[in-house]
Amino acid sequence: MEFLIVFLVLLAILVFYVIGTFNSLVKLRNRVRNAWSQIDVQLKRRYDLIPNLVEAVKDYMEYEQETLQRVIEARKTAIDTSGIAQQGAAENMLTGALRQLFALVENYPELKANQNVMSLQEELTSTENKISFSRQHYNDMVMTYNVRIEQFPANAVAGTFNFGHEEFFEIEEVDREVPKVDLR
Amino acid sequence: MSTLPAGERTLGGFYAHIGANKRKSAALVLVFILLVAALGWLIGEAWLEEGLGFLGIFGVVAIIYSLVAYYAGDRMVLAASRAKQIHKADDPELWNVIEELCIAGGLPIPKIYLINDSAPNAFATGRDPEHSVVAITTGLRQKLNRDELQGVMAHELSHIRFFDIRLQTLIGVLVGLTALISDIFLRSLWWGGGRRRSRSGSRGGAEAVLLIVAILAAILAPIFARLLQLSISRKREYLADAGAVQLTRYPLGLARALDKISSDKEVLEVANRATQHLYIVNPIKPFEERAKNLFSTHPPIKERIARLQSM
Repeated sequence: MEFLIVFLVLLAILVFYVIGTFNSLVKLRNRVRNAWSQIDVQLKRRYDLIPNLVEAVKDYMEYEQETLQRVIEARKTAIDTSGIAQQGAAENMLTGALRQLFALVENYPELKANQNVMSLQEELTSTENKISFSRQHYNDMVMTYNVRIEQFPANAVAGTFNFGHEEFFEIEEVDREVPKVDLR
Repeated sequence: MSTLPAGERTLGGFYAHIGANKRKSAALVLVFILLVAALGWLIGEAWLEEGLGFLGIFGVVAIIYSLVAYYAGDRMVLAASRAKQIHKADDPELWNVIEELCIAGGLPIPKIYLINDSAPNAFATGRDPEHSVVAITTGLRQKLNRDELQGVMAHELSHIRFFDIRLQTLIGVLVGLTALISDIFLRSLWWGGGRRRSRSGSRGGAEAVLLIVAILAAILAPIFARLLQLSISRKREYLADAGAVQLTRYPLGLARALDKISSDKEVLEVANRATQHLYIVNPIKPFEERAKNLFSTHPPIKERIARLQSM
C-alpha cells in the first residue's frame, strides 16, 4: 500500500515534469520561429523603401545611374532568390550597393538639404540595423533553444517528442564580434 | 558570476536577477504596508491613544497606495520629472534607435518621453516590459551621436527587461511617500505634542517613552528607506551596462556616452530624493563626491567605463 502511494506520487511528479518541459520547449521553439519571421518583416520593409529612395534621388544623381542601377538590381535579385545561404549573399550585395549610394549622397548638398531624402536615408539605415539585430535575436533564440534541448534531463523529453536542433543564421562577414560580458 | 556562457546571451545570465527583482518588489510592498501600519499604531498611541484604529486606517491607506504605486507609479515619476511623451514624427532617429534595440531584445516598444532640461541624463520606469517608459533629457539627446544614443537606450531597455523598473519605480514612489509621512508626523509633534502632554500628566512616563519611539520611527523610516534605495541600485547599474552590451554588441557606444555625461557637471533640476536612483547617472551630486560617498546610489562612472572597455 505504502509502496503504491510512493510510486503514484513519483509518477505524478514525473508526469508534471514532462508536461512542463514539453510546454517550455514548445514556447522556445515558437520564439525561434517568430524571431525568424521578424527577419523577413525587416527585409520586406527594406525592399519597400528602396524604390522610394531611388525615386527621390534619381533626378539629382543623373551621373550616378550605374550605382542606382546596381541598387535596383541587387534589390530584385534579393527578392527573387530563395534558400538561406543564397539569400544571405544577395542581401549582402544589396547592403553594399546601398552603402555606396549613401556615400555618394554625401557629395550632393541639394540632397542633404532634402528632408524627404534625409528621412528615407534614416529609415533605410535603421532598417539595416533592424535586419542585423533581428538576425542577432534569431541566433540568440536558436542558441537558447538548442542548449535547452541538449541539457539533461530535458533532452529526454526533447528526444521523445522530436524537438530537433534549429539552424543558426550564418553571415560570412562578422560585423561586430560578440563581446565578453562580465557580470560582477 | 563570471563570463556569460555563449548559450545564455539573451536573458539566461540575468534570469536570477529578474527573479530577485520580482521577489524584492513584492517584499518591498509588504514591508511598506507593515511599516506604515506600525507607524500608524505608534502615532495613534503617542497622540490619541487609539493605536489599533490608526493601525487599521494606515494599513488600508498603505495597501491602496501600493496598488496606485504599482499601476500608476510610472505616471507619477514622469509627472515629477516633467517629462513629455513623444512619437516617431517628433524624433525619428531616437525612435528608430529604440525600435532597433527592441528587436534585438525581443521586447515591445516602450513609450518614449523627453525631459526639457539641458543636464544630460536618462531613466526608465514602468512595471514590466509591456508597461514601460524610457525618458531622456533634451541635453543628453543633443550631446550623443547615434552609437552613443544606442548605448544609453540599451542600458535603459536592460533596466526594463530585467524588471529593475518595477522595483525602482516602487521604491521611488513608496520611499517618497514614507519620507513625506514622516515629515508631516514630525511637524505635527512639533505643534501638537505639547498640548496633549499637559492634559494627561499622570501617565507622563509611559507616554514620554512612546513619544521617543515615535520620534525615532519618524527619523528612522526615511533613513531605512534611503539605505534600501542604496543597497539595491549599485550592482544594478553594472548589470544594466552588461545587458546593454548584450543588445548592442558594441561596448564603446555606451562607454563614450558615459564619458560625455560625466564631463558635464550640470545638475538636473527635476530629479529629487525619490527619483534619483532611476537615472543612468546620479543626477544630484557632482562626480568626484559621488565616487567616495557612502550614500551614493550609483557606482563611480570611471569604473563603469573601465568595465565596458574591457568587454
